Amino acid sequence: MIGVAHYLTLAGLLFALSVAGIFLNRKNVIILLMCIELMLLAVNFNFITLSRFLGDAAGQVFVFFILTVAAAESAIGLAILVVLFRSRRSINVEELDSMKG
Amino acid sequence: MTVGESAFLIPEFAPAAAEIVVLCMACVVLVVDLFVSDRHRWITYGLCLLTLLMAAMATAMYVPRETVLTFSGTFVSDPLARVLKLFTYSVTAVVFLYSKDYLRERELFRGEYYLLGLFATLGIMVLISAHSMLTVYLGLELLSLSLYAMVAFSRDDPVAAESAMKYFVLGAIASGCFLFGTSILYGVTGSLDLGQISRAVATLDGLNIHLLFALSFILVGVGFKFGAVPFHMWVPDVYQGAPTSVTLFIGSAAKIGSLALLMRVLVEGLGGVQESWGGMLLVLSILSMGIGNVVAIAQTNLKRMLGYSTISHVGFILMGFLVGTREGIEAALYYTIAYVIMAAAAFGMILLLSRRGFEADELEDFRGLNARSRWFAGVMLVVMFSMAGVPPFLGFWAKLAVLGAAVDAGLTWLAVAGVIFSVIGAFYYLRVIKLMYFDEPSETLKLGGGSDLKLVLSLNAALIVLLGIFPEGLISLFNQLVMSAP
Repeated sequence: MIGVAHYLTLAGLLFALSVAGIFLNRKNVIILLMCIELMLLAVNFNFITLSRFLGDAAGQVFVFFILTVAAAESAIGLAILVVLFRSRRSINVEELDSMKG
Repeated sequence: MTVGESAFLIPEFAPAAAEIVVLCMACVVLVVDLFVSDRHRWITYGLCLLTLLMAAMATAMYVPRETVLTFSGTFVSDPLARVLKLFTYSVTAVVFLYSKDYLRERELFRGEYYLLGLFATLGIMVLISAHSMLTVYLGLELLSLSLYAMVAFSRDDPVAAESAMKYFVLGAIASGCFLFGTSILYGVTGSLDLGQISRAVATLDGLNIHLLFALSFILVGVGFKFGAVPFHMWVPDVYQGAPTSVTLFIGSAAKIGSLALLMRVLVEGLGGVQESWGGMLLVLSILSMGIGNVVAIAQTNLKRMLGYSTISHVGFILMGFLVGTREGIEAALYYTIAYVIMAAAAFGMILLLSRRGFEADELEDFRGLNARSRWFAGVMLVVMFSMAGVPPFLGFWAKLAVLGAAVDAGLTWLAVAGVIFSVIGAFYYLRVIKLMYFDEPSETLKLGGGSDLKLVLSLNAALIVLLGIFPEGLISLFNQLVMSAP
C-alpha cells in the first residue's frame, strides 16, 4: 500500500535532485532554470499530498498559485538569460565570474 | 457556515485600499508610459510619486480601532502594518527622487525602473499585511521578481546581467526552500493561516523533528532574503553589479520587505517555538556580524563595501529577533528602520557624485571630497559615523537598543561579540572619512546633481542627526506598535 510517507519521500527526492542539479551543473544556465522548475514541482507534490492527507483544500489552492508564479519566474529567468547572452555570447555558468572579493 | 454561503461573501476591501490603489495606478502608469515620448518621461515619474502619495493617504485615512482581517483571513491591517507601509512609501519616494538624475544621465530614464519599483513596493505592502503563508509567498515573489528585473534592466551592461542572473538563480533556490519548508509546516500544523499556525505550534514540542525540519528550510529562505551569512553570496555581487539606483532600492526599501517576512512568519506564526529558531538565528547573526565586518575592510568598491556592511547590520537585526523578548523585537524593528534611513543616504551620496560615464562607486572617488563640497562631505561624515555606531547619531541608538535587549535576555557574550565586531567595522567607515578629509582630491570638478536631490539628501542626513539627538520619539513609537501586536 502506498501511503503519505511514500509520496513525501518522492517529493523530497525530487527536491534533493533539483538542488544537486543546481550545485553540480557548471555548464549551462538553462539547466539551472530547469532545476528551479523541478524544485517548485517537488513542492507542489508535497502540497497536494498533504492537502489530500489533511482533507483541506487550501494546499491545492496554493499549488495553483505556485504554478502561476513559477511561470512568471521562468519568464523573467529566460529574459535575463537573453540579456546575458546578448552581452556575453555565452551562457556558461563558469564564465559568470567577473566580480570578485 | 457552509461552503455555498462563504463562496458568495464579499470580502471587506477597505483594509486593502492602499494595495488596490497601487495596483490600479501601476497598470495605469504602464499604459500611459507607452504613449509618452522620451522628452516627457517626467510624466511617468510624476505619476509614480502621485501613486505613492495616494497610497499614503489611503493608508493614513483607514484607522480602525483594532486589528482587521479580510479576504478570508489572509490579509491583516494592524497598527504595525500601517506604520511600516507609510514608511515604505516615503522611502520609495525618496529612492525614486534620488534615482532620477542618475537614470537620465545613463539613458535609462524610462518607465521600467519606476514601474518595477511600484510593483516591488506592492510586493512589500502585501508582505507587510500578510496573514497566511499564501500571501507571504505571493508578496515575497512579487517583490523578488521585480527586483530581478530591476537589476537586469540596464540591458547593455554585461556586469548587471551577470549579477541579475546570480541573484535570480540564488533567489529562486531560496524561494524554493522557503516553499518546501512551508509545505512541511502545512503538514505539521494543518493550516496556512498564520493565526492557526501559531495556535497549532503552541501545542507542539519545540523539538518536534518535523517542525524543526520545516523551520530550517524556512530559515534558509528568510536568511537569503535578508542576506545573512551563509546565504549572503548574492549581496556583494548584486550591490556592485546593479545600477546604483537599483542598489539603492534593494539596500533600502526592499529591506523593509525582508523585515516584514521575518516579523510575520517567525514572530507571529512561529513565535511559540522561539527557542527552536532562536538558536538557528544565533548562528546566522554571529557569522553575519563577523564575516560582514571583516570582509568589508578588504573592499575597494564602495557599493561592494556597503554590501558587506549590510550583511553586518543584518547580523544586528537578527540579534534583536533571536533574543525573543518584546524588547528585542522592538529593537530589531528600530534597527531596521534606522538602517534603511542610513542606507538611503549612503547610496544617495554615490548617486550625487556620479555623472555621465562616471559611477563614483570606488572608494578613491570620495578622495578629498571636503575640498570639493564641504556640505556633502559633512553629509557623508554623518552617514558613516551613524553606520559605525558613533554617538549621538541614529545608528548608535539602534545598536544600543539591540545590545541592551541582548544583555537583558542574558546573552551578554553575544552583545560583547557584537561590540567587538562593530569596532572592527568602524575601521572601514572611518577610512571613507579619512579619504574625504585628509587626502588631496584627485579631481576638482564641482558636484553635479539637481537641487531636489541635494535638498532631500541634506534632509535625509538631518533626519539621521535629529533622530540621533532626540531618539525617544521613534523608540516609543515602536514600543507602542509591538505592545499592540498580538
